[in-house]
Amino acid sequence: MSDTITAEDPLTGEEIELPSDVEVGEIIDSPATGTELEVVALDPVTLEEAPELEEDWGE
Amino acid sequence: MNIGLLYSRIRRDEKLLLNKLRDRGHEVTKIDVRKEQFDLSEPPAAFDDVDIVVDRCLATSRSLYITRFLQSYGIPVVNSHETADICADKAKNSLALADAGVPTPNTKVAFTVDSAMDIVEEFGYPCVLKPVVGSWGRLMAKIDSEAAAEAILEHKATLGNYEHKVFYIQEFVEKPGRDIRVLAIDGEPIAAMTRSSDHWLTNAAKGADAEAFELDARAKELVQQASDAVGGGLLGIDLMETGTDYTVHEVNHTVEFKALNEAVDVDVPATVVDWLESKVEGEKTLAEASA
Repeated sequence: MSDTITAEDPLTGEEIELPSDVEVGEIIDSPATGTELEVVALDPVTLEEAPELEEDWGE
Repeated sequence: MNIGLLYSRIRRDEKLLLNKLRDRGHEVTKIDVRKEQFDLSEPPAAFDDVDIVVDRCLATSRSLYITRFLQSYGIPVVNSHETADICADKAKNSLALADAGVPTPNTKVAFTVDSAMDIVEEFGYPCVLKPVVGSWGRLMAKIDSEAAAEAILEHKATLGNYEHKVFYIQEFVEKPGRDIRVLAIDGEPIAAMTRSSDHWLTNAAKGADAEAFELDARAKELVQQASDAVGGGLLGIDLMETGTDYTVHEVNHTVEFKALNEAVDVDVPATVVDWLESKVEGEKTLAEASA
């Protein structure tokens, strides 16, 4: 089994590699732009630009 | 058991926890809080089969409301709403520590720029201005001069939302270039690390270097007291060394542990899962006893 899978970067249109155990909700950094991308579906793996940091986030 | 995990994004911390839960053969129900609606009497269907819910919401507002809803439905949740309510707000956090006799930095709160300036002048320079809600060291200001104080307070009063008009001002603690983060479960330390930086902020999120730290008896005592002060649970307790003692500046309720997990020999997610298993067992025993 491959350790990586690919998905399209929604910002650049390029194929990017992701770990095969990627989860819905996981945040991936776009290798081209550094933008945070969120995994929104697994079959097929679909990425969207992640929501921006909000004031009350964190710990 | 079936663990409900409340999330809005899966970070390394959540992934470590999810992997460990699945390794142990537990079911996991991931609940994206952005997609749920909360009714006054009936829980959303996503919660139907969960034995316990772990709150890993990034947003404090969501964490506070959803834990309250879950408790109203009678669904066990960690950490509790009461703990979240105290830890989410730095003023409540400081009050809880002070009420429990836990040493904590001298802190005052004011609601107008003039009153805040009076506090700053009383503390002297430097002192620290923090937002009452917020994390990762964001919007923290080390105030070095009267001119800086006037500018920062004016900016907050003019540009901030109402929470930024709650001026939380703290004495500046001369720490030895590091603070101590302790991960504790109901006051029992699981692991501890120092966070070192040349910057006055030593948050891991600000890039501080993490290193395992051995707690002495006094630190352990303060961790227990600080945990009790906020109602217990899985907590990140932050201490600073003052030279003669420690001071506890904050207790965090949705604690990140990836940096700690890398810095120490303890399997942090495994310990958290042990605790969740014991919580579910405890809930079952209680339910059987009352049946």
